Amino acid sequence: MKTTAYIFLMAMVAAICSMETGGSYAGEVKAISGAGATFPYPIYAKWASAYYKLTGIKLNYQSIGSGGGIKQIKAKTVDFGASDAPLKPEDLDKWGLFQFPMIMGGVVPVVNIPGVKAGQLKISNKTLVDIYLGKIRKWNDPKIASENPGLSLPGINITVVHRADGSGTTWIFTNFLSKVSQEWKEKVGNAKAVAWPTGIGGKGNEGVASYVKRIRGSLGYVEYAYALQNRLTYIKLKNRAGAYVAPNMDTFQAAAANADWKGAKGFYVVLTDQPGKDSWPITGASFILLQRVQDKPEVAKAVLSFFDWCYRNGKEMAKKLDYVPMPEMVVNLVEEAWKTEIKDKNGNPVWP
Amino acid sequence: MIRSGTKGRILDIIFANGTRICALLVFLIIVAIMVSLLAGAWPALKKFGPSFIISSQWNPVTEQFGALVAIYGTVVTSIIAMLIGVPVSFGIAIFITELCPVWLKQPIATAIELLAAIPSIIYGMWGLFVFAPFFGDHIEPWISDTLGRLPVIGPLFSGPPLGIGVLTAGIILGIMVIPFMASVFRDLFEVVPSVLKESAYGIGATTWEVIKKIVLPYTKVGVVGAIMLGLGRALGETMAVTFVIGNADRLETSLLMPGNTISSSLANQFTEAVGEIYTSSLIALGLILFLLTFMVLALAKYLLIRLTLKEGVRT
Amino acid sequence: MNGLRNINVSLYRKRRIVNFLILTCSILTTLFGLFWLVWLLATLFFHGFKYLDLSVFTQPTPPPGESGGLANAIAGSVLITLMGVLLGAPVGVLAGTFLSEYAIRSRIAPVIRFVNDVLLSAPSIILGVFVYEIVVVPTGHFSGWAGSLALALIALPIIVRTTEDMLKLVPNTVREAACALGAPRWKVTVSIVYRAARAGILTGVLLAIARISGETAPLLFTALNNQFWSSSLNEPVANLPVVIFQFAMSPYEDWQNLAWAGALLITISVLMLNIIVRTFLRTGK
Repeated sequence: MKTTAYIFLMAMVAAICSMETGGSYAGEVKAISGAGATFPYPIYAKWASAYYKLTGIKLNYQSIGSGGGIKQIKAKTVDFGASDAPLKPEDLDKWGLFQFPMIMGGVVPVVNIPGVKAGQLKISNKTLVDIYLGKIRKWNDPKIASENPGLSLPGINITVVHRADGSGTTWIFTNFLSKVSQEWKEKVGNAKAVAWPTGIGGKGNEGVASYVKRIRGSLGYVEYAYALQNRLTYIKLKNRAGAYVAPNMDTFQAAAANADWKGAKGFYVVLTDQPGKDSWPITGASFILLQRVQDKPEVAKAVLSFFDWCYRNGKEMAKKLDYVPMPEMVVNLVEEAWKTEIKDKNGNPVWP
Repeated sequence: MIRSGTKGRILDIIFANGTRICALLVFLIIVAIMVSLLAGAWPALKKFGPSFIISSQWNPVTEQFGALVAIYGTVVTSIIAMLIGVPVSFGIAIFITELCPVWLKQPIATAIELLAAIPSIIYGMWGLFVFAPFFGDHIEPWISDTLGRLPVIGPLFSGPPLGIGVLTAGIILGIMVIPFMASVFRDLFEVVPSVLKESAYGIGATTWEVIKKIVLPYTKVGVVGAIMLGLGRALGETMAVTFVIGNADRLETSLLMPGNTISSSLANQFTEAVGEIYTSSLIALGLILFLLTFMVLALAKYLLIRLTLKEGVRT
Repeated sequence: MNGLRNINVSLYRKRRIVNFLILTCSILTTLFGLFWLVWLLATLFFHGFKYLDLSVFTQPTPPPGESGGLANAIAGSVLITLMGVLLGAPVGVLAGTFLSEYAIRSRIAPVIRFVNDVLLSAPSIILGVFVYEIVVVPTGHFSGWAGSLALALIALPIIVRTTEDMLKLVPNTVREAACALGAPRWKVTVSIVYRAARAGILTGVLLAIARISGETAPLLFTALNNQFWSSSLNEPVANLPVVIFQFAMSPYEDWQNLAWAGALLITISVLMLNIIVRTFLRTGK
């Protein structure tokens, strides 16, 4: 009896195996896989779902982190990778990759101070750096007080919260800190994970958000959507033009508008600390990574068609989820670059 | 008759060797894991040498890595887990074997063992969203006001009540290892021959005296082995710890402060690590963890073997 | 004389008090253990129960802001787990058979037994990294198969151990009786010993299923996840633990609610499985 059951099981396994080797990746492209940055995951999921209803093509994007996205596209285990930190042009050349910006957002410092409401607290860049370096330890420090006349701040300890996992958000945040402070640049630097001088680490944006919500006197940084959805108390930052700005769609867009996409080789543009009096200083774009030479041109074509559709039809969905779509001008630049940069093995362009 | 005999013999050989191959496969898997870990960790071990183990630096920017913080966190959280888990499991085992009415025995034993069945990610979510806030608001202020004021051990228990940290992680680990140890303790206590126990009761010993003088000496080595098995569990636990330990790569005196463990470093950083040395250092951490659990297990086995040897002598 | 009796009474009282204290403590510790179980389950029911409706079982995972369920993740989890067991169980049962039936005086048996325990205690995240290196990188894509293999590596040592233990419970006289009738060894093992230990072996397999169905860490780098229904195990496959993890850590409330519903679902099924195993084991005995 046992043997019969076993033979039956084995037959089932064999059936499943043979069924499966048949279908995948042959002929018409029905499935695309991508992986990488966590920040754009919700919007890519949204786009993919809408696109599937329209075309029947399943685009599966998984958030494994920006570093993971880079690693996987290099290993060709996915059809495209995604990263919140742009790769340097020389790295792109070295690994035979091509990148383009897909969506933008902002990183927002958030606090939990009794009696302080969203947008009330203003902090200059120098002060923010000093807090993250552990030099300013109390909220009633004269430096913070002098920037906030009229706001009564309690004398409680500042608990700095940062990301524990390597992350593109951290990359954008530390990029900003490095730009505005020589000391930060030398002591800590700009990377997806750094040796933090002080504070506690939360796993993922949600980890940081929940720590900030719980710990009195905490200061953390999260992506805009998390600050908004969790109703966290954001602060105003001083931008390069010297104005205090609040994080929102308009200030993110202002930062993006001032960026020089055209002159940037390999779309290497970092949107932190941009000029303009309305610019939010910690804005960032999320990038898509593709192999420059495509083994499977039909898959690459499907990938590009998807992103083209997103550029053209995905703006409203993006705004609904608190993301900033790319300006028309940048989209055109990107699609021009597709024509010349992405090729199949014989050197023929894949797009259009 | 003869034909079926040869056929039987051939099938015999096939079957025997089939089982042998499968058993060897288990061995090969471990070898393969060791080799792949060693190969992955090699660049980091070559670059940092033995100082990898004693360096407390973990700096992805300058690519300086050391395992001390993660090893410290792993060991300390496991010790806390044992300090909670061992007495509690012991108490539960005593309750089930000596005190509990018979009809309640099975339900309680099952309920405790169900604690082990809950997936560790559930412990993590519960820890982050439910336990840590409660612990930080209600227990930690009290701890730092009382224990934190004491001389000598005071610094271990002072600091801001974050709710997140080494102590919280240790407590959750403690809860997670209780079912493993409690069920082994119970099994051990139940094999103590009732003749021994009853003769002790017969001369007027109390329940506690029977446990202390009869049950414990009889099962001593097994108890230590069970503790080691629990310790092995605690050392390797990943998801639950990652959510509540605070993930800070610094050495802190206070147990209320955040720390890091080897497995949570891996879970947090493995997918994000770019660059050979960074990835390799993480794999080296994995190798250390693997060796750590290996040693604990070897110790447990050694003790358990001594137990069975002793039993052999006795009978 | 009188004094001696006094000492004895006070000693007796002291012994009684110590005994009482210790036993009280043991009751308290039991309550302490049960307290966490109750608290955990209460949390899960409180957060998850109201979102656990029919659509959870019928609709695939939604993007934020739309209605949906966990159907693809549930199906994926079941499939990956099942394949993991189908890969791990035969090897595990045979290896357990070797340890119990063939390796009685063999010198490699203790080594295998020890190595099996090493595998049993190996952190699951390390197994995930290992399968990533040997399957995902060479084949060039994440796949349900890689996930199944990682889970099989976790299930294997559990099955080896329970099989060996259970086969050893079969009295030797049964084997001897069968051999004396002229049955070849394999036949004795398969139709006599296995049959006698059937319930036990099945218990081991069910325990392994219970253990691997909640594993998250090894699936992160192997099966990955999928927003849609997967057409085969040869591509990334949706699975409950990873979906729970991603949704719980997202900013959107509807995703978080689904995560709690999923957490409740997975916990209930694992607990049910455990309870079934236990009742099964008791009636089997």
